[in-house]
Amino acid sequence: MNQRRQTIRDFTAESNLFLRRCLVSVCLCLALILVVLSNLYSLQVDQFEDYQIRADGNRIKVIPVAPNRGIIYDRNGLIIAENRPVFNLEVSLEQVEDIDQVLSELQQLLSLTPADIARFERNRKRQRRFHPVTLIANMDEDMMALFSAQQHRFDGVAVEASLARYYPYGSALTHVLGYVSKINARDLNLIASWGAQSNYAASKNIGKQGIERYYEERLHGKVGYAHLEVDSKGRTLRVLEQTPPQPGEDLILNIDIELQLYVQSLLSDKKGSVVVSDPTDGGILAMYSSPSYDPNLFVNGISQKDYSKLIENNDRPLLNRAVQGQYPPASLIKPHLALLGLESQTISEKTKIQDKGYYQLEGVEHVWRDWLKRGHGRVDVKHSIEVSCDTFFYELAYKLGIDTLHEYMAQFGFGEHTNIDLLEESDGNLPSRGWKRAKFNQPWYIGDTISVGIGQGYWTATPVQLVDSVNTIINYGVKHRPKILKATIQDDEVIAEALNTAQPIRVLQQRNWDLVKKAMFDTVNEPRGTAFKAFQNTTYASAGKTGTAQLFSVGQDEDVDDLIIADYLKDNAMYLGYAPANDPKLSVIVALENAGGGGSNAAPISRSVMDYWLGETR
Amino acid sequence: MPVSKTAMQQSDSFLARIHIDGWLLAGLLVLMTIGLFTIYSASGQDMELIKRQVTRLAIALVAMFALAQVPVLFYRNISPFVYGIGIVLLIAVLAIGVTGKGAQRWLDLGVFRFQPSEILKLFVPMTVAWYISKYGMPPSFKRLMVALLIVFIPTILIARQPDLGTSLLIASSGIFALFLAGMSWRIIAMFGVLIGGFTPIMWLFLMKAYQKQRVTTFLNPESDPLGAGYHIIQSKIAIGSGGMTGKGWLQGSQSQLEFLPERHTDFIFAVFSEEFGFLGVIGLLLVYGFILGRGLIIASRCQFLFSKLLAGSITLTFFVYVFVNMGMVSGLLPVVGVPLPLVSYGGTSMVTLMAGFGLLMAISTQKRVMSR
Repeated sequence: MNQRRQTIRDFTAESNLFLRRCLVSVCLCLALILVVLSNLYSLQVDQFEDYQIRADGNRIKVIPVAPNRGIIYDRNGLIIAENRPVFNLEVSLEQVEDIDQVLSELQQLLSLTPADIARFERNRKRQRRFHPVTLIANMDEDMMALFSAQQHRFDGVAVEASLARYYPYGSALTHVLGYVSKINARDLNLIASWGAQSNYAASKNIGKQGIERYYEERLHGKVGYAHLEVDSKGRTLRVLEQTPPQPGEDLILNIDIELQLYVQSLLSDKKGSVVVSDPTDGGILAMYSSPSYDPNLFVNGISQKDYSKLIENNDRPLLNRAVQGQYPPASLIKPHLALLGLESQTISEKTKIQDKGYYQLEGVEHVWRDWLKRGHGRVDVKHSIEVSCDTFFYELAYKLGIDTLHEYMAQFGFGEHTNIDLLEESDGNLPSRGWKRAKFNQPWYIGDTISVGIGQGYWTATPVQLVDSVNTIINYGVKHRPKILKATIQDDEVIAEALNTAQPIRVLQQRNWDLVKKAMFDTVNEPRGTAFKAFQNTTYASAGKTGTAQLFSVGQDEDVDDLIIADYLKDNAMYLGYAPANDPKLSVIVALENAGGGGSNAAPISRSVMDYWLGETR
Repeated sequence: MPVSKTAMQQSDSFLARIHIDGWLLAGLLVLMTIGLFTIYSASGQDMELIKRQVTRLAIALVAMFALAQVPVLFYRNISPFVYGIGIVLLIAVLAIGVTGKGAQRWLDLGVFRFQPSEILKLFVPMTVAWYISKYGMPPSFKRLMVALLIVFIPTILIARQPDLGTSLLIASSGIFALFLAGMSWRIIAMFGVLIGGFTPIMWLFLMKAYQKQRVTTFLNPESDPLGAGYHIIQSKIAIGSGGMTGKGWLQGSQSQLEFLPERHTDFIFAVFSEEFGFLGVIGLLLVYGFILGRGLIIASRCQFLFSKLLAGSITLTFFVYVFVNMGMVSGLLPVVGVPLPLVSYGGTSMVTLMAGFGLLMAISTQKRVMSR
């Protein structure tokens, strides 16, 4: 039946219909092909560049590369801060299959402590994706040998070399150089405030103290970039392109490391500081604060135990006494006051007083004692400096009044930081009426002025201020900013730091200045001078002034000699001097805490420094 | 010219004797070669994979050759029976099938796993062609409805597994047969309207969550760049970054560095586009176009209606594979698991495809026999 039906069918019509439908199909297919092709055209030709960028974005990771920190040299080119290769064991988490397994095997192999593992786990949580996590920082050779032999067992674990800051002279330069340490949250804010986030993208450390902190920007250098080809799992396949980082500038300091070490040896068992400067340019030749500590402890992160030891030490090693120690300047400022008296014509070189061992204002019961109980007798200004007569200066201060005194001493730089290239510097305090009103809401009393006349009372100054002020006297009112940095090295070229010179004090009569200097010379060279003993038989002539700062008031009727004084209340011994007297090459401040009299304790140290620098013991 | 023509005729006659269509075979071999090279690149130069694919291609070619030897009349006669068996198997899959990748598609036959939906890719067009050819074309409305039933019973069963890609291909293979059979334009329009109405129902009741996600992702891949949108975004980046001339064989960063997922299977077109560029794509489309043309020529040349419809349907379905795969990889269509025929790495669907070409070759070389 089927057969019959088929025979009557119109095969030609069927065939034509089929052919028509075939043609329609072909057209439809062609249309679809056109749709596909136009879509591909738009992807591959129109939007080619967009997609190429996105493909590169997939495949290329830009990794910042930290610049090498500038090296620091002393004035003779000896390296005092350098970058040393260290070897860290780093784990690339993406390439490790079973991290717990690997950790336990490594723990066994390298005898890691649970603390090491805990630190690793902490770091691991903080680390960015695709960045290796440090398991052991600063591996020693034994550990490296142990690991290297077994390395094949640990995919994704590798010894990576990097550079770490190292201070070869350790505690000798701590307060000058400071140190670098891990960038913390506060540092990140600081970096953000400089707008330097990208420059620090790869940096681990930042200068925290001292020169490292002050010259952070110059020492740091400029970040570089490596364009790495990575696969979808973040594995680095090759380096495509590199913009090398620009290392930081190398610094040359005014510091002489040998002198510095010598100063350190002089202060080894003492609490205090010494600053040695070059009066011709304000350069700091040595600056040591005792006690000190090893800055290398901080570079790789100081342990809690070591840090507690530093913090809890009553001698406060973290303090840089040279710029942060605020002491009563005591008799050290007598030359300055004498200069003011002479220049303001409050006194003349002939003005004399009778020193009976104390000073008293008319109608006032209070007595201001001279350090010499029986008094110095009849003394003029020069004599008063040499023997450090207090009474003369009590009276001078009284005559000058606090306002004149404050104005002139401020010109010397007291009460304000010297702008030395350390950010830790303190201002000290140069008292005034306004200051007392603001601080204590009290009027200024005449008695306050009289204590200030011998550098006591409310007056405090830092050692660096004092050495700066004696340089100003040496230079007839011309001031060179005290500076640790001498020069920088940029592209192998030594570029000297510009001198920062000003003349804050006008010389009215050079005679007055010469008189004061002569008085300081005689302090050292005349038998009656307070520093005579300490400087006997030097091959050079020096000048200086002793100072002994009282740290507590002796009662009106008490005798100092009879008191048993606790160590921390003992006098500060100070000496401020320069040499050679006619052509000063160095000025020295010695400030020793609770050491007793300046002439007998501080002056000998100053002499040793001068002897050394001027070639006697070198 | 005359010499080469004679040579061609001679070779043609030899191939005809073993029931092979030379043009078609040439097209298929070119595609397979392209496929092998692309898989080699996409797999990160994995020779093992190439060996397995070559083995599969050999099996598929043998299957094609074997099926080409069987008289077309035999295929016509067994159509309704194999269709019935197919439907039973599909029901069995839903009842006792093995689950894999979130779908129930396989029957575990002990020795190997068997996917009944694959064989229906051939049985459905065969049966429609058988049914239409029985009564002549164009089919009446009633016959059309019966034929549509033949198409949609397995389509729905497969969609329930769920296997959207295969059910789509099966539906289109049946509908192509009906379209070529002269299904009236008015009914086609009516279906258009019906599908429009059916879409929301499908969305609400029939589609599984992962299918819906594919569609959402397709509509806005950038909404989830590391999750569901990752495939399509990476694929578009691969294609787009290939540019006009491509990055060169083995040089595609998207595929070589493994950013592109399913590189050697469903997304192999992205690898090809990245490495050979727009020009390469045009070349590939020319090969597919050639096979499409050759298939339709075979269909239109033969005089037996069953053969015409079957050949036409197989050819057009083959093209649907190409269009759907390229469309989904380049972001035109949602991602449904359809491989790029004869280029993608993979077994089952390729064997089915080559079996289809076996039927096509049988039809092509037996037309004179049939007409006698």
